[in-house]
Amino acid sequence: MQDMNLNIPDVPAEKLTLVHRDPSDFHEISEVYENTSYWKDAALKMLHNRGAMVGIFMIVGIILFAVFAPIASARTYDEVILEHNFLPPRIPVLENFGIFDGVRDGVDVYAQREIPENVYYYFGTDSLGRDLWTRLWNGTRLSLLIAVIAVVIDLVIGMSYGLVSGYFGKTVDFLMQRFVEVLNGIPQVVLVTLFALVLEPGISSIILALLVSGWIPMSRVARAQMLKQKGQEYVLASHTLGTNSRKTIFGEIVPNVLGQVVTMSMFSIPSAIFTESYLSYIGLGVRAPMASLGSLVSDGYSSFLSYPYLVIAPVTVLAILMISFNLFADGLRDAVDPTMKEM
Amino acid sequence: MGKDMGRYIVKRVLIAAVTLLAITFLLFLLMDLLPGSPFNNEKLNEAQRALLEHKYGLDKPFFVRYWIYLNNLLHGNFGISYVIAVDQPVSGMMASRLPITIRMGVQAMLIGVVVGLIFGIIAALKKNTWIDTIATICSVIGFSVPAYVFALFLVFFAAFKMGWFPIRFAIDQPVFSSILPTLSLSAYIIATMARYARSEMIECLSSDYITLAKAKGISEQKVIIRHALRNTLVPIITVVSPLMIGLITGSVVVEQIFGVPGLGQMLLSGVQNNDYNVIMAVALVYSFLYIVIMLVVDVLYGFIDPRIRVSGGKA
Repeated sequence: MQDMNLNIPDVPAEKLTLVHRDPSDFHEISEVYENTSYWKDAALKMLHNRGAMVGIFMIVGIILFAVFAPIASARTYDEVILEHNFLPPRIPVLENFGIFDGVRDGVDVYAQREIPENVYYYFGTDSLGRDLWTRLWNGTRLSLLIAVIAVVIDLVIGMSYGLVSGYFGKTVDFLMQRFVEVLNGIPQVVLVTLFALVLEPGISSIILALLVSGWIPMSRVARAQMLKQKGQEYVLASHTLGTNSRKTIFGEIVPNVLGQVVTMSMFSIPSAIFTESYLSYIGLGVRAPMASLGSLVSDGYSSFLSYPYLVIAPVTVLAILMISFNLFADGLRDAVDPTMKEM
Repeated sequence: MGKDMGRYIVKRVLIAAVTLLAITFLLFLLMDLLPGSPFNNEKLNEAQRALLEHKYGLDKPFFVRYWIYLNNLLHGNFGISYVIAVDQPVSGMMASRLPITIRMGVQAMLIGVVVGLIFGIIAALKKNTWIDTIATICSVIGFSVPAYVFALFLVFFAAFKMGWFPIRFAIDQPVFSSILPTLSLSAYIIATMARYARSEMIECLSSDYITLAKAKGISEQKVIIRHALRNTLVPIITVVSPLMIGLITGSVVVEQIFGVPGLGQMLLSGVQNNDYNVIMAVALVYSFLYIVIMLVVDVLYGFIDPRIRVSGGKA
């Protein structure tokens, strides 16, 4: 630059006038933007997202109930008291307002069956006199466990599969993608049903079903992210320094795609919870006396029209759980990378 | 363009065919791994069971059985049912059920797409107003809550409490009694469609050509109908494949709740009775339907958007 002889005459600044611009367009710098890190920025955006905050609030609430309600309850989830079967819900305090007062069709069932005043079944009892409140929160524990398992499967299988496929490209990618295409050509509900049949019904059959298909959307996102990152200079630098593929992928590239990957794993939670409830609903999930949200719906369904509360409670918790996780995942995506696609 | 498109279609069809073949193999292998035998009856002794297995060719080696199965499949023969309807051809069982499931799926798809589009477009036009907020809340609910939950809800309120509709599907009034199952299935489609249409429409409305159209003095209505709406509708066919998955998933449980004699119900009874050929047939038909829809969507999109067929389907 110094060599260039531009021949600009030395004119004092006050002799210059603005052309085509109005001096009022210039402002003093009124705000100094803080330098925020990626994750702090994402967290701030989440805080301003009403939907996401509602989601987090409800998830935390459900977790608290799932952890503490069964502990605080005087009953266990498999305690059978046949004389207490099909009692309608009754909750202290609320009973005085005409709801949850143990009345069915205008008859106070608790008084009719001569059940002591101090006995309360918050959500009523099922055909064997088991306490729905305790069973419900026990079942919610299972759904939350499934959520954790789904995230682990996504991160371990889905992410690695997608990253490896995208990183090596060529034949490896071709074969790996054809395999995914075949798995993806079978509707998930069919695939999940078939794999759940291989093992005895129970948590292991649910996990097997999730292992087979739950990770596919994640592998797509991870692969797409890898294709974006692969050509960047830091990857080339890593190669040049002689780092092996495993270290390049998991040490260098993973930290750069973590935002998208974690977001995607949140999207798989609602679908995993649905898979569990679906399998339990059709009788391929957990076995009695264990309870899950799906099996509670399925048990209650046989007497649904006479005792609707048996279905309403688990269905409500299931719906709230799915809605909150979707809201949370949506908010996380908007905060981390709004351009990301779900599929 | 013609040659280009022809090659693209041939390629897509070949890929779909190979995928289907691989799926038949995978499913057949899986059936082989399943525990339990279709002849679980305790009255049978070992010799009788062996006799039955020999009669149905179940004692032959795996690949021989697979080959026979494939051959039969090409002739439209899905084998016979072992348990549910003993010795009846599965294709016959399916012939009466498939139209019911497909009709209900088409109904749900039509209602879902039309209603969802209307909701999504209204939400986009009224962006950041209370209408938009309500539409968004409804679509989050519709998107998250499983179809069987809607089904139970509708059975209880619309059928049992109010008595507006029959509780169960009746074959003699196929339209009226299919309203509730159709609605339960379409909730997910409405929600997904509304979400997608909203974001697509908002993107359209903020693009340069809309600003240009407005700058040229075209009325608001004309801009929306002639320009924005058209460009919103095109990418929407790409959502059809995920919607189809939602429909298939929904159909299995919704059919059971309403007692609809369709494919989903057949799958569940096959599962409960270890009736391999029945499970296999339903799984194959579902996969076939899904793959054909994906193929049609891909090809259609290739027609509409030349970038897709040039890049070989990788958008």
